Amino acid sequence: MMSKDALSATPTEAAGSNTVFARFDRVGKIFKLPGDRQIDALEDVSFTLGRGKLVGLLGPSGCGKTTFLRIVAGLETATYGTVTIEGKLVNGPHPNFAFVFQQANLMNWRTVLKNVLFPLEIRGEVTRASIERARDLLNLVGLHGFEDRYPSELSGGMQQRVALCRALVYDAKLLLMDEPFGALDELKRMEMHDLLLDIRLRTGVSVMFVTHSISEAIYLSDTVAVFSKRPATIARFIDIDFPYPRENAMRYEMKFTEYEHEAGRALGIAR
Amino acid sequence: MILDRVFRAIYPLIGLALILAAWQAYTQFFAVNRIILPSPMDVLVASNDNFGLLLRHLWPTLLECVLGFMLAMAIGVPVAVAVANSQILNLTLYPVLIAMQSVPKVAVAPIILVWFGLGIESKLAIAFLVAFFPVVVDTATGLRATPKGLLELAQSLRASPLQVFWKVQFPSALPFVFAGAKVAVTLTVIGAVIGEFVGSNEGLGNLLLTANSQLNSPLAWAALVWLSLLGMGLFGAVALAERIAMPWAKNGGH
Ligand SMILES: Nc1ncnc2c1ncn2[C@@H]1O[C@H](COP(=O)(O)OP(=O)(O)O)[C@@H](O)[C@H]1O
Ligand SMILES: [Mg+2]
Repeated sequence: MMSKDALSATPTEAAGSNTVFARFDRVGKIFKLPGDRQIDALEDVSFTLGRGKLVGLLGPSGCGKTTFLRIVAGLETATYGTVTIEGKLVNGPHPNFAFVFQQANLMNWRTVLKNVLFPLEIRGEVTRASIERARDLLNLVGLHGFEDRYPSELSGGMQQRVALCRALVYDAKLLLMDEPFGALDELKRMEMHDLLLDIRLRTGVSVMFVTHSISEAIYLSDTVAVFSKRPATIARFIDIDFPYPRENAMRYEMKFTEYEHEAGRALGIAR
Repeated sequence: MILDRVFRAIYPLIGLALILAAWQAYTQFFAVNRIILPSPMDVLVASNDNFGLLLRHLWPTLLECVLGFMLAMAIGVPVAVAVANSQILNLTLYPVLIAMQSVPKVAVAPIILVWFGLGIESKLAIAFLVAFFPVVVDTATGLRATPKGLLELAQSLRASPLQVFWKVQFPSALPFVFAGAKVAVTLTVIGAVIGEFVGSNEGLGNLLLTANSQLNSPLAWAALVWLSLLGMGLFGAVALAERIAMPWAKNGGH
């Protein structure tokens, strides 16, 4: 297909699924700056995301990962190239997507529970059952008892977990997450990893998430897409050949280290 | 915590008491003519003796302030919404607003009196005029200061423009709205008094003017004290409304 795909481990179906959920075809973004200057943020990003697959976008900070995710979410338009979801071109926010921003992005005038319910309010889907679901999610991320608190009373990590619940509260088909666990401490992050995998397993949601943590990308993903430095393009696809459900012991296996080494090489930080 | 709150209440009272004591001592020590400067005691006595009179004149002024304020909010907030959301309206209306604000209200008052007569309408109009501007400016600033991330969240959920306004922009601007409202409500007292000075037959401003022309300085000062108490009361009422409307802001705005 595309020349860039030649680099990938499995060229046409990077995420290795039977049915294609999303296709990204030579997506590029050039930011025009005042005074004829410009930033080439993305260049020719091409791959396909299989339905229900989990792809980790790994790359050095400032390379264009957020930009790519925002284009997929319809919050930003690509300068060239196309994003096709379930056979339809994306040119705006999609009703079945959920986006977890790099910042928690909570409304300080809403309680924790009301923040989680916000998407349902917008969609007109607040029911007794959906409120129950919101409460269950908050329990799952360890925020039981904080439902009626305000975001200003929570730590950064807790706020980010509320944002995660907000994205999971409605049945999104595609979950887009921008460094969702960046604000968490190591232990909480590992807990959230397992939670995410569990939710993915139960709901079958397709996931694309951005991270700059090599081990996080490997632990979670079906496929890790390693971005090059700016202008970002995909330098390498790494299929992670561990079965789900994954267990923490996996982090200490030889194969895991080999994947880490491979990703490090692709990032240009290891030989 | 509790001690802290007690101190917060006590210090201003101590400050006030010191000023009153110095004022009382000054008038007594130099035997100042009470027409020139009545002592705090004179004012207190005048206030007490004329309580019924002062109360009778308080109501019209209070009504002028409250209605003028409500009018300023009812018209100012929608105008701010228009100005904040439309570049064209912003370019058209803002210069007009600033020109309006630059006209001295005292100078306009006689004209307004010609238009609206000696009744409450003319005072309402002036109170509205002085209160309108801070409401518009602060509300528009608040609406524009809505965090971009929250707007994008709403956008990603495909919220309608009305939903974006009511669920994101407006609550986010609420602290600014109240900041403007607090300034506005104290300004309405000034507006009402200007109106009463220029032409009226009731109200604390009218009473002050009458007492002054009769060289009844203690009563004039008593009216003045009542006017500032009225201003403080109105400010307190808006501050209370703010606390109730924004339970998430523990320490209020200002
Ligand atoms: N709206 C914008 N206008 C101009 N430049 C931008 C904009 N958004 C991002 N950039 C630039 O694009 C590059 C990639 O940014 P980003 O996608 O946020 O990187 P990452 O998420 O990988 O850290 C950066 O150099 C950044 O400065
Ligand atoms: Mg980023």
